[in-house]
Amino acid sequence: MKHIETLTTKSLCETAKKGGCGECQTSCQSACKTSCTVGNQSCENKNNK
Amino acid sequence: MQVHQYSSNGYHIILDVPSGSVHVADPLVCDAVAAFLAYLPENVPVTEESFRAASEKVKESLSARYPASEIEEAAEEIGELWRNGTLFAEEAALPRLPVIENRPTVVKALCLHVAHDCNLRCAYCFADEGEYHGRRALMDFETGKKALDFLIANSGNRRNLEVDFFGGEPLMNFGVVKQLVAYGRQREKETGKRFRFTLTTNGVLLNDEFAEFANAELSNVVLSIDGRKEVHDRMRPFPGGKGSFDVILPKMKAFVEKRGTKQYYLRGTYTRYNKDFAADVLGLADLGFDQLSVEPVVADPAEPYALREEDIPELLAQYDILAEEMLRRKKEGRGFTFFHFMIDLSGGPCVYKRLSGCGSGTEYLAVTPWGDLYPCHQFVGQEEFCLGNVDTGVVRKDLVEEFRKVNVLSKEECRTCFARYYCSGGCAANAQHFTGKLNGVYPIGCELERKRVECAIMLKAAEADAAR
Repeated sequence: MKHIETLTTKSLCETAKKGGCGECQTSCQSACKTSCTVGNQSCENKNNK
Repeated sequence: MQVHQYSSNGYHIILDVPSGSVHVADPLVCDAVAAFLAYLPENVPVTEESFRAASEKVKESLSARYPASEIEEAAEEIGELWRNGTLFAEEAALPRLPVIENRPTVVKALCLHVAHDCNLRCAYCFADEGEYHGRRALMDFETGKKALDFLIANSGNRRNLEVDFFGGEPLMNFGVVKQLVAYGRQREKETGKRFRFTLTTNGVLLNDEFAEFANAELSNVVLSIDGRKEVHDRMRPFPGGKGSFDVILPKMKAFVEKRGTKQYYLRGTYTRYNKDFAADVLGLADLGFDQLSVEPVVADPAEPYALREEDIPELLAQYDILAEEMLRRKKEGRGFTFFHFMIDLSGGPCVYKRLSGCGSGTEYLAVTPWGDLYPCHQFVGQEEFCLGNVDTGVVRKDLVEEFRKVNVLSKEECRTCFARYYCSGGCAANAQHFTGKLNGVYPIGCELERKRVECAIMLKAAEADAAR
């Protein structure tokens, strides 16, 4: 595309199909302990890649 | 349909909220997308017919400002994104509230308060200087063992389990930490579970023995330091009032050097006393640390150091300063990571995770030194939130149900927020402290989170730009 560059490779709608296994990290445990942030976490479900 | 457009550091960014798609575009496309949003019918799915009709109006509305051939190209590219589901996507494709609230959950993480005691007297300590509004106490091995057994027994089929050693200051009870990790490793073999142990420390008791242990056993170590010496010492003194910076800095440097490539975070808190907190983050980076997290204080609004609404513009500007400086340093080969600017645009969490949040009270529980269970570390000491103990298990099922209902979809204020799939509704403890309701929102926190998401995406745009 000439005018647009897309940075994402996967849409949230697609993750609705295979997601929800719950193997990912609990957000608060990772580093923050006072504010919830999940967007920076990685999916640990191999079937959802 | 929801699209959030913004410009940051010269990048024009289009975030399609329901699909989570991020596009970097030229000004023509940004104007065209804004025009499409005005001309597409509201509250109904976009069809080929409605897209074509809107497209004609968009072309007409932009004709005085851009060449016709360019507008045509932009409209075609926008159409391509719509057809592949990455622009003007429908929220209907995502799970709805009953799906999220009725999902079975298991306990997968514990915050083990191995020490309700501390060797510092930090002014903003939510833990009441380690005592959590109770008595000073250390967790004994037996209680810790029961906590790990409780976690295993309540974790269903989940394999990865997380345990954070927390306090107070957990290294005041390092012996029990070591015993519990050894016990956890033994239980791994028996159960097929895998423990990820982490520890959060103020650094006063860091030594070589702990560094070796941490490298062998801990997947992450969080070191608390606030940034510049004067900022740190004001809020994090020893009991006698003397600042702790000069004591902990050399210990943290030595620890991080030994840590090698393994994960650690220097984690600081910023308050109204250091609204120019970018200088604190950069100060830590100048000292050679490269995994940083500096966060807004959680405090009673009556406290003089609590952040106020009038501080927001200055705080937002600090995130811009920080993001731009991070880019500069990265180009110079001295980059560092900042926890709240990290975002995974390719392998990020699924929508279920994004909708259900941190899991406090359901998937994540805190355990006091004497084995009481709380929804998370921030609730410890508020007896009305005690869920049970490691002997009885969770007895307050009513409270667990209440926490299960805390999510993005159930919060009125989150429904229209573009950042809802990144913060997942924010911290329940913050909400409780500021609004008296678990399902409330903390508006200052929301403003800061939105800014951090914008900066994080901008950094990804710059990264993609640099790779071209």
